[in-house]
Amino acid sequence: MTALIALIRKDLKLYLRDKRALMMHLLMPVVLAAFFGSLFGGGPEANTSKVEVGLVLLDQSEVGKQIAAGLQADSALKVSLLDQAAAQAQVRKGKLPVAVVIPAGFGQSAADALFSGIDKPSLTVYYDPSQSTMLAMVKGLLTQQVMQASSAAAFNFKDSSITSKQLQRVADSDLAATDKAQLTDFLGSLKKYQDQRAATAQKDLAEGKTSSAAADQKPTGMSVPFSTRDEALSSGPRYNGYAHSFAGMGVQFILFMGIDMGISILLARRSGIWNRLMAAPVTLTTVLLGRGLSGALIAMGLMCALFTCAMLIFKVTISTLAGFLILALSFALMTAAFGLLIAAFGKTPEAARGIAVFATMIMVMLGGAWVPSFIFPEWMQQLTLAIPTRWAVDGFDAVTWRGLGFDAALAPVAVLLGFALVFAVLAIWKFRSEAQQ
Amino acid sequence: MAAVLLSVNQLSKSYGARKAVDGVSFQVQQGQTLGLIGPNGAGKSTTVGMICGLLRSDSGSILLNGEPVTQGNSAAKRQIGYVPQDLALYDDLSSLENLKLFGALYGMKGAALNQRCEQVLALVNLSDRAGDNPSTFSGGMKRRLNIAAALLHQPQLLILDEPTVGVDPHSRNAIFDTLEALQAQGCALIYTSHYMEEVERLADHLVIIDHGKVLADETPAALYQRLPAQAALQVELAHPAGAELVAALSAQDGVSSVQASGQQLDIGLADAGRAAAVLGWLAGQGVALLHFATAKTSLENIFLNLTGRSLRD
Repeated sequence: MTALIALIRKDLKLYLRDKRALMMHLLMPVVLAAFFGSLFGGGPEANTSKVEVGLVLLDQSEVGKQIAAGLQADSALKVSLLDQAAAQAQVRKGKLPVAVVIPAGFGQSAADALFSGIDKPSLTVYYDPSQSTMLAMVKGLLTQQVMQASSAAAFNFKDSSITSKQLQRVADSDLAATDKAQLTDFLGSLKKYQDQRAATAQKDLAEGKTSSAAADQKPTGMSVPFSTRDEALSSGPRYNGYAHSFAGMGVQFILFMGIDMGISILLARRSGIWNRLMAAPVTLTTVLLGRGLSGALIAMGLMCALFTCAMLIFKVTISTLAGFLILALSFALMTAAFGLLIAAFGKTPEAARGIAVFATMIMVMLGGAWVPSFIFPEWMQQLTLAIPTRWAVDGFDAVTWRGLGFDAALAPVAVLLGFALVFAVLAIWKFRSEAQQ
Repeated sequence: MAAVLLSVNQLSKSYGARKAVDGVSFQVQQGQTLGLIGPNGAGKSTTVGMICGLLRSDSGSILLNGEPVTQGNSAAKRQIGYVPQDLALYDDLSSLENLKLFGALYGMKGAALNQRCEQVLALVNLSDRAGDNPSTFSGGMKRRLNIAAALLHQPQLLILDEPTVGVDPHSRNAIFDTLEALQAQGCALIYTSHYMEEVERLADHLVIIDHGKVLADETPAALYQRLPAQAALQVELAHPAGAELVAALSAQDGVSSVQASGQQLDIGLADAGRAAAVLGWLAGQGVALLHFATAKTSLENIFLNLTGRSLRD
């Protein structure tokens, strides 16, 4: 036990005195987690980000202005009024994902085309091909605003001129007689209603009822027949984008620490230190256990330090401290066993480092440490269940921003401990078989 | 005669088809210093590795105080101190921290460990550098600390695998002082090296090994007796020596060999006392001498004589 404690104490001292390692394993993940966290929605107080849209308003009609006002009022958009050249330039430079041009006379033409479908005006939409997903969203919101404004113009009870024009067009058209008759009836009824409402308004005005409801009422058109109530369901209090990024970056950089741990064993084997340790009356298992336990303690300390930082600076909350600690411990043991595995199967420190870093990068990428795994295709989500980092990141997500309880940590803990056991057994077997040669 | 401390019997070890150690046998008495010498790749480090329990032998046995030395025999390992060829120190731990670590591996702790650390630091003359990291040390100081780390548990047998590699002469002398102090304390040493002069200074018994086999296992004096020449006389002549002169010189009493190379004569003597007579004989022959020098035959010559090649080939 004296030897084991001495070996562990030695490793802890060496690690704490290595400023480069501390910088790499503590400061770097904090910086990167802060960056990725801000991309993933920031802290709990952050608002949902708006899509920036450029608007070139060449139609100064009531309909054009109504469309512009509707877009500007939409909570999902941040609209900037621009001239056409500026809009094109900003989209080209990638400063705006989308810009919409409403051409002169668009409102009138759209209202005219509402029933006949003839001479439909077109809207030009510029978009950045690298952000093409924004195009569909903006087009949807644009359709809503155009339909509302153009139908309002068509059903305007103060002015039936558009309806009269539509009646004339129907009369002149070569539609089937039955269709023509039905459409004429419909438009005729509409015109009659519009004329009646206009006459009432005129009469009220003549009698001095200056504030009649009809006179004041603004024209309305078709609108979306529902609204949504958006409610985020996560982390108990509120979603925090930093929670996931700290989990991801923590997992990544602590695995890097595991690599360094494995490489240090390979370096010791290359120098005389390993021989001196093996010449002492301690078993190979004791030496490996000492390195593994010290590595696990360092990994555990790093994860706790990272999340303490996340809690203090980025308002990340932990829903179950016991769940978090048992998860961090399991991940720490898995990391230490991973380090031993690298030392056991690595031929030289240089070659082992290259392969281990590559393997770790793949593991953290597929584990959802960089971007959440739910955006992966379904088959990849299933496949990545075979990777320990996926369980680690999902586990930390569960006990932080998802706000789940201790039970949610148990499955990741079991899987991580399983990986730790397999890695450790493989490493010790390899070391022992080499010692027998 | 002192009791046998270490007995190595018919030890063999192969790496694939290459036989690194082939039936090596020797013994080390209590308090004895054994020089294990041979060129690079002769099998010295492999032999030492097996004695220290670092490597498993293919065949043969190693007994320390009658107990078999194996990889898992902790009791035997506690009686051995091992100084590896490479520096086995943590550069980011102080000298004292390094020593405490290696002491703890032998089960030492507390006041006893602290006291022993002070003793070995004093022995290697590094007491004033106890708090400094080895990274700030010279090569010689590191080597001394490397030795100190093997002495903490007061081993009966200290094995030093080429402990002076890359060390300047001054530091080498400091290391020898330390080792001589250990000899005086009765500690048995196995000293491997391919530097004959180091082994000559320390060892009272020699094992010469090459290609994994023991070529000689004797005291230095016995080894010297094997040589036809015990001393060498080098003479530089004013003119090249003729064949007649060389033949006549070879026939002189006490001359064991003569090699002529231009104006240079290398004369082997049965003992150094014959040098004056040989020089007198040359003068009597009217040979003009420009320069002469005598030298004792070294272990280097012995190795050459045994293997036909130099130790540092």
